[in-house]
Amino acid sequence: MTTEVARGEARFSGLARALREPWPDRRTERVLAGVSSLVLVTIAGMVLFVFVKAWPSFSHNGLSWFGSGGNVDQQLGDIFNSPANPDHYVYKLRAWPLLYGTFITTAGAVILGTVISVLSAIFLVEFAPRRVRAVMGPVVRLLAAVPSVIYGLIGILVIVPFVGNHLISSGRKESVINVVQLTGASLIVAVLILTVMITPIMVAIVSDALRSVPRGWTEGAAALGANRWRIMWTVSVRAVRPAIVAAAVLATARALGEAIMLSMVSGSVGFAPNPVDGITFFFEPTRPLAATIVDNADGLSVEPFGQTLYAFAALLLLSAMALSLAGWAAKQPLKRYGIGV
Amino acid sequence: MEVRGAQSSKSWPLVDRIALWACWAAGMLLLAAAAAIVIYMGIRGIQYLRPEQIFSSPQADLDQSKSGGFLDPLIGTFILTVLGTLLAAPLGVAIAVWLVEYGRPFGLARLVESGVEVVAGTPSIVLAIFGLILFSNGAFKILSFQAEGGSVFGRSFLVAGVMMSLIALPLVVGGTREALQAIPRHVREASYALGKTRGATIRRVLLPAARPGIATGTALGMGRIAGDTAVVVILLGATQQLSSFDGAPWPFSTLRGTGSTLTSYVFNNSPAGEGNAPDKAYAAAFVLLGIVVFLNFAVDTIVRRRGAPAWSE
Repeated sequence: MTTEVARGEARFSGLARALREPWPDRRTERVLAGVSSLVLVTIAGMVLFVFVKAWPSFSHNGLSWFGSGGNVDQQLGDIFNSPANPDHYVYKLRAWPLLYGTFITTAGAVILGTVISVLSAIFLVEFAPRRVRAVMGPVVRLLAAVPSVIYGLIGILVIVPFVGNHLISSGRKESVINVVQLTGASLIVAVLILTVMITPIMVAIVSDALRSVPRGWTEGAAALGANRWRIMWTVSVRAVRPAIVAAAVLATARALGEAIMLSMVSGSVGFAPNPVDGITFFFEPTRPLAATIVDNADGLSVEPFGQTLYAFAALLLLSAMALSLAGWAAKQPLKRYGIGV
Repeated sequence: MEVRGAQSSKSWPLVDRIALWACWAAGMLLLAAAAAIVIYMGIRGIQYLRPEQIFSSPQADLDQSKSGGFLDPLIGTFILTVLGTLLAAPLGVAIAVWLVEYGRPFGLARLVESGVEVVAGTPSIVLAIFGLILFSNGAFKILSFQAEGGSVFGRSFLVAGVMMSLIALPLVVGGTREALQAIPRHVREASYALGKTRGATIRRVLLPAARPGIATGTALGMGRIAGDTAVVVILLGATQQLSSFDGAPWPFSTLRGTGSTLTSYVFNNSPAGEGNAPDKAYAAAFVLLGIVVFLNFAVDTIVRRRGAPAWSE
């Protein structure tokens, strides 16, 4: 009897000692690898869950899900109000205006942002006086850290009323009154604020890369008589092109997924702005995918409507994943020269 | 990098001078945007922020003088930030240590590395949707509460905190990784030479040396959590006041309950939400911006204080 207790105690104290003592390397390695693999499990789970939930919306519409036809807000309303009987769920959706809205806001902001961020990264690295440079680093980081809801608040309370009252003439408003209302919440405001939000991310990546261009390369150019701008443009910027691509790709992912700010300033109308309208095009409202989810968050528990919103999320997830991997791949050539991250 | 000299841009070709001006313009534009945001929010904040708002709960009332302050959202932001950080910091450090110090098998390490990038690039709205689907599942009913029909609500502080940790995770991994990679190889070799195992080297030598990097990443992650709105709107139930779940003992009653944060308070009180009280939105946004600027400032201080480590001589 006593020996059994003693043996039990010995086994217990052996276990306790094993946990208390420094872990052998192999166990540490395995535990850490296991914890790290959780990231992959999470991603796999995310893809699986979101796509399984979203499937009914895709399967009922087929490829025409991505097409145009009818009023998308009307269709969303019908889905929301569909009968309680699962056999009569309404799924019909032609999501083109939302996809198009996502595409033009993102493309506009990324194109504008790339130009501004490359120029200001050159400024930050090469031309800025020392004092400006000391301020600009923290400022760029601050701009990147400002919550999107604050951008949205300033947009909806300051910029949207300004655009609506001063930049859109009443004649312009009347010219499209039968199609859409121009309130000031518009494509141009959405693109401009989105540009301010994504530019800091790109400046950080591009300026890091510019700073790590080997000194010999730029000095060689200087010895050949190139001026400072020419050195930056023909040597440094050219060397860090992969970093610019990576920055643009990451900024695209960020812009695609921006929901709160866009739902506040883009007008929240499922409307596809038409470039044929000339300048009016910029003042027309739209609503990207992510903003649509936030606007309709109350309806997530309504079965067919929730599945439709999950389909939007699935599409965003897929694009963001593709972009992240593309950004990661774009950065690889830089590693060969030891430039950037 | 700097190629300085007595060179004046006056002798440059016109195109180059225009390009130089464009650089200045772009840089100044960024500075002006930041200054405009901070100054404008500062003015509005001082104009509308009343001390009693910080100490009173929001009330549903059409009369704005009676609709209270934002004590509950402030507490909500605090709870979520702490929860998210508590989960993200250990996980992030573990992942970074494994990637830098072990990284075997090679393929798995590359997969995890790109996996972290994928998580970083996933929009928070998608993370929120994933959280809702996952935690509405019966298996996770312990994290939120069940509605009367027996369906799991899937919205609570715990649920939102778990998803928030995914937002902070890549920043913690990034900060820790950079710090670990900056430690020269001979420091590790010195430790092995003294008979320490790899695990002991990590715990006693590398992690203490990487502490500023870990702190920077964590502070950045906290700022990201405090500033996120999408997860809160979808996963926190968007009740104005903290409403706790009665079927559990104290800390869990609040954690399994719903609430709001400063971000969702600003969103709901802006013209885009139901409240439509711009004064309150400005006041809360000012406090929120203050928190974010403070965290940002903390990062700067950490980076500056880092100084030269002992082995750089």
